[in-house]
Amino acid sequence: MKNKYYDQIDETIYTEVLENGLKVCILPKTEMAKTFAIFTTNYGSIDQSFVPIDQKDLITVPDGIAHFLEHKLFEKEDRDVFQDFSKLGASANAFTSFTKTAYLFSATSRVKENLGILVDFVQDPYFSEQSVEKEKGIIAQEIKMYDDQPDWRAFFGTIKSMYKEHPVQIDIAGTVDSIEKITKEDLYTCYHTFYHPNNMILFIAGNVEPEEIMQQIKDNQTQKSFKEPEPITRKFPDEQEEVAEQELRITMPVQVPKALVGLKEKEIPTDPKIFMEKEWLMDIIMDYLFSKSGIVYEKLYEEGLIDQSFSYESHLERNFGFSIIGGNSHKPERLAQVVKEELLNIKNQKMDDITFERIKRKKHGQLLRALNSLEFVANQYTHYQMLGIDFFDSIEWLEALTYQDLDKFIQKWIDEKRISICFVGAK
Amino acid sequence: MEKRIKKQGYDLHLLPTKKFKTINLSFKFVTNLTRDKVTKRALLPYLLQQGTKNYPTAIQLRQKLDELYGAVLHIDSSKKGEHNILTVRLELANQRYIKNQENLLEEALTLLEEIVYQPKVVDEAFDPKLVEREKQTLKNKMIALTEDKMSFANTRLIEEMCEQEPYQLRVHGYEEDLDGITPRILYDYYQQMLQEDRLDVFVVGDMDGLDVEPILEKFLKRKQQVEMKKTSINVVNKEEATLIEYDQIQQAKLHLGYRTNITYDDNDYATLHVFNGLFGGFPNSKLFLNVREKHSLAYYAASRIESHKGLLFVFSGIAPDQYEKAREIILEQMEQMRKGDFSDDQIAETKEMTINQLRETLDNPQGMIELTYQRVLAQSNKTITELIEQVQSVTRDQIVKVANQVQLDKIYLLTSEGAKPDEK
Repeated sequence: MKNKYYDQIDETIYTEVLENGLKVCILPKTEMAKTFAIFTTNYGSIDQSFVPIDQKDLITVPDGIAHFLEHKLFEKEDRDVFQDFSKLGASANAFTSFTKTAYLFSATSRVKENLGILVDFVQDPYFSEQSVEKEKGIIAQEIKMYDDQPDWRAFFGTIKSMYKEHPVQIDIAGTVDSIEKITKEDLYTCYHTFYHPNNMILFIAGNVEPEEIMQQIKDNQTQKSFKEPEPITRKFPDEQEEVAEQELRITMPVQVPKALVGLKEKEIPTDPKIFMEKEWLMDIIMDYLFSKSGIVYEKLYEEGLIDQSFSYESHLERNFGFSIIGGNSHKPERLAQVVKEELLNIKNQKMDDITFERIKRKKHGQLLRALNSLEFVANQYTHYQMLGIDFFDSIEWLEALTYQDLDKFIQKWIDEKRISICFVGAK
Repeated sequence: MEKRIKKQGYDLHLLPTKKFKTINLSFKFVTNLTRDKVTKRALLPYLLQQGTKNYPTAIQLRQKLDELYGAVLHIDSSKKGEHNILTVRLELANQRYIKNQENLLEEALTLLEEIVYQPKVVDEAFDPKLVEREKQTLKNKMIALTEDKMSFANTRLIEEMCEQEPYQLRVHGYEEDLDGITPRILYDYYQQMLQEDRLDVFVVGDMDGLDVEPILEKFLKRKQQVEMKKTSINVVNKEEATLIEYDQIQQAKLHLGYRTNITYDDNDYATLHVFNGLFGGFPNSKLFLNVREKHSLAYYAASRIESHKGLLFVFSGIAPDQYEKAREIILEQMEQMRKGDFSDDQIAETKEMTINQLRETLDNPQGMIELTYQRVLAQSNKTITELIEQVQSVTRDQIVKVANQVQLDKIYLLTSEGAKPDEK
């Protein structure tokens, strides 16, 4: 077991990669009452075409299967695993994103028992035809609930307008029709391919003793047998550089229309440090323009184009990346126009170095604030590990960024053909 | 542990802990909930973030906060029981994790004082242009709330259920009341609020080596503190009733309102927690297992208690054509609670989960403040540690007694227009 102390934030992380490939990370925080553990596979809604473990040919599985699998792992032949956690006073949950599926619990007592349950239930699937059929009804309800949420529809609409082929444009939960096609066999195929320990990270943060926990996980894993780890072949369609459609309109009953502007990324750096720097720089520029202290935010607010719902977010992953900016507006066309113009104008809009340093300070403070949350630390650390990045090291990379780095980045970042707009409005 | 100090005009609550990398400051102004005040207090949080004497525009104020290592300012109006609370909150990176920033806390407090006591003023009133614009912002917020159907259904249930009580008031105010609120009226009301509301100040974080008390004393002085008054619970006994409303939605919301008549300071409060955990508070509860899992009727089905007025709400999202069945099953779960139809193991698990939840809340700075403030509002000496002990000793008989005390008041269904009975 290795340990690494991070002076700036006064935290230590203990890590070990076990024989079967599983990476275990432990962050002890003994002042906390709580312990949070998250067991994540590098497998999400976009991983639809792949070569199953021990096979040669590429297959494509129905939309929404990663999320379906997440639901089904909780169900065993004789019980629902949620209850196992409940019996020990813990609360468990799970989520599926574009690139990850994660299972988690938090507890203030009986941590080792809960941890055993977490690892065991994820590593012991039980799927039956009957239970797969029953789940379809529950997930269909979930999909319908999302369909009623204008913000969700607008978010996915924007992604759809940006991406033509890449599966990021498919709803994470799939559709009522696509999940109908899912079979027990599909679930096992996906499970055995993507839930191999070599494709997973277990992160434990909170009131724990690292040596003891690491030993527990090792003992647990040596009792189980897995196939030899092998790299997973995943296939993604070629995606064009420009957006799929420059404008997408969604009609649904909303009181106030919405406009979201999407910006699609072109080059995703493969070098971890350059990747992380790109992410920081995108974040700093977005903050400069669209945060509450941003110059464009002020303009939009003064002009009465936005309200409190206005927001922006950026996502950068190994093979896709985008930013989405917008919100409710009584003048959605005008809002979209101004946001787009300002994005295109960024090359000429000089941010001075005082501003740059101020925003860097803000990012530093935001990070310290986020470190209050065990969930945040565990999620982020895992996320970046899967991208080959040490999240805590990235704080130093942020501090080392210069105004010149920013200037260089800005010159190449934005291109009109990679911008799209999604409107949501009533009939 | 909490240190509570009576200061000139306010109560200071120091909550020292090494859990966090930030210092959290919170000012809570409280008064009783009335229609006359609620819209003004809903509007004030927006206005106070628009600028101060020295940072007269929103962007200047925001940039000043950014300079203080991204200090986060949050101002809002909320209700707890029949109290209307205006909270001004600042979360700040603890200077011990930043090189060469020994005065960060003092600078932040200076700014906080300015935000509260020296907002941007034009001729002894708020800036009329800003007032107009923030009225629009608030209107937009009101509209957005009606789009969140779960929250909308809950609001409508409370309005119907508590028709005769102040609790029915919408904490985000009323559009029709905005016209009467001039910049002068609003400013005068704000001055009155600063003087006449009760004020509690909370500081959470690792305060070793930070002179929080003297710095605070430099900035904050008020004439007098207001003692909390017990607000009486106003149970209007009526026949239980059902209300159905229609909207353009795919998933119907079935919400039920009950009266527990048990509040934070009551002896039965710990029991109520365990009761709610068994009934609908956790994933092993009756509602979750029977409505969601066994019958696949709902995507969510849960219950929640309101601790200051003594209410309990059931929430569920169902397919519109499943209304009768879902309703029947929910009511049946309550019947089972009344008959004591749950195992000793379930009681033990639920107690453990309840305690887990309370302890977890204390791992979050905001949670620490809210749990401490709950005691202030309830005028109770019951600490969280004591509450946890009480939860541990809850018995089956006590749970059944509480279950029989809980009264159904209102059933509210928000369903799709397609489910409307044919009116021809």
